[in-house]
Amino acid sequence: MKKTDTKVMIITGTSKGIGRHLAEYYVDQGLHVIGCSRSKTDFYSANYRHFILDVFDEKAVRAMFTEIRRDYGKLDITINNAGVASMNHSILTPIDTVRNIFETNVVGTFLVSRESAKLMRYVNYGRIINFATGAVPLKLEGEAAYASSKAAIVQLTQILSKELAEFKITVNAVGPPAIKTDLIRSVPKQKLDDFLKRHAIKRYGDFSDVTNLINFFIKPESEMVTGQVVYLGGVFG
Amino acid sequence: MPNKDQIEQILFEVIKELNEELPFDQHIDVQLESPLFGQSGKLDSLGLVSLIVRAEEKIQDQLGISITIADERAMSQTKSPFTTIRNLSEYISVLVIENEKD
Repeated sequence: MKKTDTKVMIITGTSKGIGRHLAEYYVDQGLHVIGCSRSKTDFYSANYRHFILDVFDEKAVRAMFTEIRRDYGKLDITINNAGVASMNHSILTPIDTVRNIFETNVVGTFLVSRESAKLMRYVNYGRIINFATGAVPLKLEGEAAYASSKAAIVQLTQILSKELAEFKITVNAVGPPAIKTDLIRSVPKQKLDDFLKRHAIKRYGDFSDVTNLINFFIKPESEMVTGQVVYLGGVFG
Repeated sequence: MPNKDQIEQILFEVIKELNEELPFDQHIDVQLESPLFGQSGKLDSLGLVSLIVRAEEKIQDQLGISITIADERAMSQTKSPFTTIRNLSEYISVLVIENEKD
């Protein structure tokens, strides 16, 4: 098994939205990108490989990591982007929806991070980037299940940053700004406007705002940056 | 179906690799009764992580079987499977048999 010199990155949830954008962006940057989602992709590139799986399916996720280890011999960067949301009053939220949110967002992030850390040991460098949300510090009504799952990710990010520091792996999280993707398609305009009003910078974000922050986290010089959660646009409690 | 000897040999290989990284006074003897983790073991928790991850990888590579050694049972058993190479080998044999049944 020969290790490639090119950086190897996993991005979960690459079929659409931020994940799709990140996959295309980092392939353009010359990285080997491995993506996954529950559905097929129409993004093809010599440097992109796609797995169809649920991120909380342990067997499928382990099989993906086995292939990565065999084919690339290492892993440098993991972006735990896969996530599902449900914006609803808690009284109107079905329990299956809550389970689905926690399985994808929390169990999925945990599982992919755990398997990533095993492979990152080979490179004496590793970057895990998770996705939080401004709904956590703002404790937004209507997002009890979603924001709670993301609060768990904040906690996970910070504890993993301590546990994995020995292996020179940093773990940070991005709180993306409101970007016009499928995830917020069903959110009423009034609600989004209210959300933006609570940001220091009151505008929709762009994909480039997210890549800019991820680029900062993954720089070799950022080896002292870990356990941090950055809410783009400036969101506080 | 892999036999007991194969699993023991894999664990011996893992121990040899670990010894290359460990300070001399923490080296583990390559024999079945050598203590690994716990009261008389020489491994700290990070060493145990390395041992488990390497063993999972070697079992996958050499036997083509994907197992998770640190599963719920392993972590909650009164008699830990991580105390000696023999105990670990026996525990892995159980996991391998279960994997074959799936």
